[in-house]
Amino acid sequence: MAFNYDKYLRLEKMPTLWCWGCGDGVILKALIRAIDKMGWSKDDVCIVSGIGCSGRTSSYVDFNTVHTTHGRTVAYATGIKMANPDKHVICVAGDGDALAIGGNHTIHGARRNIDINFIVINNFIYGLTNSQTSPTTPQGMWTVSQKVGNIDPTFDACKLAIASGASFVGRETVLDPKKIEKLFINGFKHKGFSFFDIMSNCHVNLGRKNQMANAMENLDWIDQMTIPKTKYEKLSDEEKLNKFPTGILKQDESAREYCDMYQDVIDAHQGKRKKITQDEFKKKI
Amino acid sequence: MKTREVISTGNDLAALAAVDAGCKFFGGYPITPSSEVMHTISDLLPQRGGYAIQMEDEIAGICATIGAAMSGVRALTATSGPGVSLKAENLGLAQMAEVPMVLVNVMRGGPSTGLPTRVSQGDIRQARNPSHGDYRSITLCAGNLAECYTEVVRAFNIADRFMQPVIVLTDETLGHMHGKAIIPTQEEVEKGVVPRKTFDGNPEEYRPYGVGEDEPAVLNPMFKGYRYHFTGLHHDAKGFPTEEIETCRKLIQRLEDKVMNYAEEIEYNEEFMLDDFNGEEGEVLIIAYGSVSLAAKEAIRHLRKDGVKAGLFRPITLWPSPAKRIRHFTDMVKNVLCVELNIRQYTEEVERVSGRLDLEGLYKVNGRPISPFEIVEKVKEVF
Repeated sequence: MAFNYDKYLRLEKMPTLWCWGCGDGVILKALIRAIDKMGWSKDDVCIVSGIGCSGRTSSYVDFNTVHTTHGRTVAYATGIKMANPDKHVICVAGDGDALAIGGNHTIHGARRNIDINFIVINNFIYGLTNSQTSPTTPQGMWTVSQKVGNIDPTFDACKLAIASGASFVGRETVLDPKKIEKLFINGFKHKGFSFFDIMSNCHVNLGRKNQMANAMENLDWIDQMTIPKTKYEKLSDEEKLNKFPTGILKQDESAREYCDMYQDVIDAHQGKRKKITQDEFKKKI
Repeated sequence: MKTREVISTGNDLAALAAVDAGCKFFGGYPITPSSEVMHTISDLLPQRGGYAIQMEDEIAGICATIGAAMSGVRALTATSGPGVSLKAENLGLAQMAEVPMVLVNVMRGGPSTGLPTRVSQGDIRQARNPSHGDYRSITLCAGNLAECYTEVVRAFNIADRFMQPVIVLTDETLGHMHGKAIIPTQEEVEKGVVPRKTFDGNPEEYRPYGVGEDEPAVLNPMFKGYRYHFTGLHHDAKGFPTEEIETCRKLIQRLEDKVMNYAEEIEYNEEFMLDDFNGEEGEVLIIAYGSVSLAAKEAIRHLRKDGVKAGLFRPITLWPSPAKRIRHFTDMVKNVLCVELNIRQYTEEVERVSGRLDLEGLYKVNGRPISPFEIVEKVKEVF
């Protein structure tokens, strides 16, 4: 039987404001299926979103939902998670949210390894505001703010998350909804900061001036850029250029989670344990 | 009311006040001269099972604070002027989404980096409208050590009553002043806590923002079966984004009216040696607030000894301003002197509400406090 999404959707908010053929809906559905498979109660889940097309995700789903300011999802989520360590907090942000205006929060959420699931819907462009360059817009592509081609170097979101200390990092594309769902489930099960770079199409605002004005062309372009991690690793350095590996790129179950570590702080302050020493923490460096 | 005597600093008292008032979360970032609030509360909160976190920047500090407050707990952030500038956008979200939280601003010299280690009252206008758009800021201003405690407690109760952020202004002088303060006992503070209203009916019928025309939102804690939506966008009764003309107008009008129609509830002033004022010739009304009022009181004692009938009007709730009470005195007394550690920031409000343009002023913007004798001299010079 086909999966019934109605239980998790705010049906009165349908249809979404996303364009025809947008990948955001694919990600939304994968997110709902993953939460359903986790068996989480709707009351125990909080979805935090930022600004942009992805920001609207939170208003469509029937959980505790927060639509924050531009780029600040992880910062808001940190407060929500710390004050409610036993609840499930999921951030949904765009590439502009997560890597430009909110880059600092991405770095430090990952560094703290707080148990937040951070989904970045990466469509390589500022879509809602009509095609300005984003940190992931590939060099050379047309945008309204760089009409003779983007000169800013391309950015790999997962490399940032890995370097910052996220203990779970993965990438999939909207071409493989099942794989997104599986990646989400693996990340949700993981205790610590889980970072998902989900590549999505924006044929309307990235595609229209970059020879991929319909969704399929845009998806083909994403398809030729991405390659499963195992295959990617066998490529030469030259072949790796402008290719992005997919799948689970990092999973470290030994890294301690932030709220868990904070419990040590509480215990120390309440005299239930001695002062915390450096040796008691697993050194991440 | 049962009280206790403590030896402490303004910053430490602000931190203690927050936890006594039931604060469970602090999100902050180091900034002179407010950092000690964070230092102290990061011990106090875990002692009482709460959470304090030093975030990666000022913006993250307030975002985490608002996030925790959205989930239903009392939450605090503390900073100084440059930090408020950075937090402004998210203060606006808390105004729009009606999230109660408290921000302590220990004022230092500005603009920009200014005089980080020195005193000023330069953020009075900023506190009125830190973020863009229409809303009413509620701003309290501590005038002595004990008020660094009591005003923070009051701020938490006001925030939950009006469902919006409340700013508590102190300054470098008070923040770092070390001395005796007589403050309420923890039990007294706990007795006075009025938690925010909640809805306990059928979740299907829950309308967090569907309240009376001048009432604050009723926001239930998260994770308790009442799933709703927070947004900084214009929103409808259920909290969902809308551009419907009447809904948008009513929302913004409500943000204004929920404060202004009940401003008397939060009005709080000190009237020092004004009992014997009756409008006779030679009376001198000094208007001052915050740490400056300590010097003003001392000056008034000297002036009275010298035969000058002087008194102090001190607003403790700065925004919304105590317009009626200010007008009462400015209508009665001819000689009015405003004393501020800025250039006319509150004087302009006194001018506005009094309709008078002949107010004298003593303004100091070099990072040093105003001494009582400067005030005495100024009074003798101009009146």
